[in-house]
Amino acid sequence: MGKIIEADNLNFGYSERLILKNISFSVDKGDFLGIIGANGSGKSTLIKLMLKILIPFSGDIKLLGENINCFKKWDKVGYVSQKVNSFNGGFPATVEEIVGANLFSKIGLFKLPKKQHKEMVYHALDKVNMQDYGKRLIGNLSGGQQQRVFIARVLVSEPEILFLDEPTVGIDAKSEEAVYCLLARLNRELGLTIVMVTHDIGAITVHANRLICLGQNGLFEHKPEDGMTNEFVSELYGFGVNLHIHDCKNCRK
Amino acid sequence: MLSIFQYDFMQRAFIVGMLIAIITPCIGVIIVLKRLSMIGDSLSHNSLAGVAAGLAFGLNPVFGAMIFSVIAAFGIERIRKSFPKYSEIAIAVIMSTGIGLAGVLSGFVKNSASFSSFLFGSIVAITDFELYMVIGLSIVVLLAVILLYKELFYITFDEESARLAGIPVRAVNFMFTLLTAVTISIAARTVGTLVISSLMILPVAASMQIAKSYKQTVVFAVVFSIMFTVSGLYISYYANFKPGGTIVIVGVISLVSILFYNNIVSKVFLKRLVKPDCQKY
Repeated sequence: MGKIIEADNLNFGYSERLILKNISFSVDKGDFLGIIGANGSGKSTLIKLMLKILIPFSGDIKLLGENINCFKKWDKVGYVSQKVNSFNGGFPATVEEIVGANLFSKIGLFKLPKKQHKEMVYHALDKVNMQDYGKRLIGNLSGGQQQRVFIARVLVSEPEILFLDEPTVGIDAKSEEAVYCLLARLNRELGLTIVMVTHDIGAITVHANRLICLGQNGLFEHKPEDGMTNEFVSELYGFGVNLHIHDCKNCRK
Repeated sequence: MLSIFQYDFMQRAFIVGMLIAIITPCIGVIIVLKRLSMIGDSLSHNSLAGVAAGLAFGLNPVFGAMIFSVIAAFGIERIRKSFPKYSEIAIAVIMSTGIGLAGVLSGFVKNSASFSSFLFGSIVAITDFELYMVIGLSIVVLLAVILLYKELFYITFDEESARLAGIPVRAVNFMFTLLTAVTISIAARTVGTLVISSLMILPVAASMQIAKSYKQTVVFAVVFSIMFTVSGLYISYYANFKPGGTIVIVGVISLVSILFYNNIVSKVFLKRLVKPDCQKY
């Protein structure tokens, strides 16, 4: 499998404090990569560097084999943030309008969507089992449903890589499990490469095939099949942790 | 009812009023949803300073309003970048600047009646040149808003994702800032600098009470805006009121009525739905 993301010797910080030091890793096509670590360890920062929202002090990033500074195929990259907590819930937009907004690269500047674009919206909603909610206002949905809509929004542009930054923050356990199962299915059935930041170690160890951990000593990789121990996670987060691995019978690989 | 149109000045008033009524809510929807409702006030005070500068130095006042309004709009955008979480600081700073400049420059205006006409507008007293300018600029603003519809929607909803989707966010924001400033300056002549921001916000606020999508919000806001303008012009003609102020008062009364209706209906509806079954307990 080809390398779809390559990060080489990345350094980045805020206000002269270095958060990420000499970070190097790569992601293969079809990987489901989980990124874990304590608050402030630079997980979200790392994703923002991959998305060129932030620029590293030094180091190189390649997406789909191309240096990020020359990278143009942003329609092949999807990003789902912690929207449930941050978006304006009173925004008067329907689910269809929000998902369709991400079709910009397919429609083009100054052009209006056509019938085929409406069908693409429907198919994207169908992938996340939200096809019956197209006409509903986004603010009238539950947190879990909203997050599925935001996943459909990135799927509509048919990305090859999907970045998710703590997508299950603020939603209940059942909806959280549904989001993880959905991601696992998209990874398995569509071959979508997924890079996900999360604190839910119990769930990510079940679904991801690779885990990277950001700690005080930098980045290191942990194979999910090796299993997570209380001692390992306690060391990573800096205090005592009791780990509960999810028993996801419905969508286990 | 149609006798009002026998007068040339009323025909012009209706043409200009309708055009302003169509373009202001198109801009207003974005402004309200970006939570920048006071930006209209800020820009209109700066356009007043431009009017004063135009009258004082022998330039066309509407042209002066446009220049000051455009500079103020970009000033707000620049200051907002320094206070990303406190947009209202930028709006307040630029509004104060506009009020200060308008105050100082108005001292150089010889014909104070002409300056005062910009405060509450004079839709029934516009010249041929102003009529053509309003028609031309309204067409430009309307075309730009239609062509940038999906881009403006996405940027307003989620600027970061819009950028990742490939939308040229900076260019579109630049265009929108320009359109806002132009809209406010041309509307200043007709409904007045002191009431233009109300005309941007009131139809949108009324529309948001009943719309079930973004598209409906835009369409209903335009419909409300036309209704407010037509009713306001009729009332002002027969009651001999100032047109700009009357249009805004009609808008306020309509919004309050919609809020009242929505509250009563939802309360009655909810009471019927949630009837406690006391015997059960």
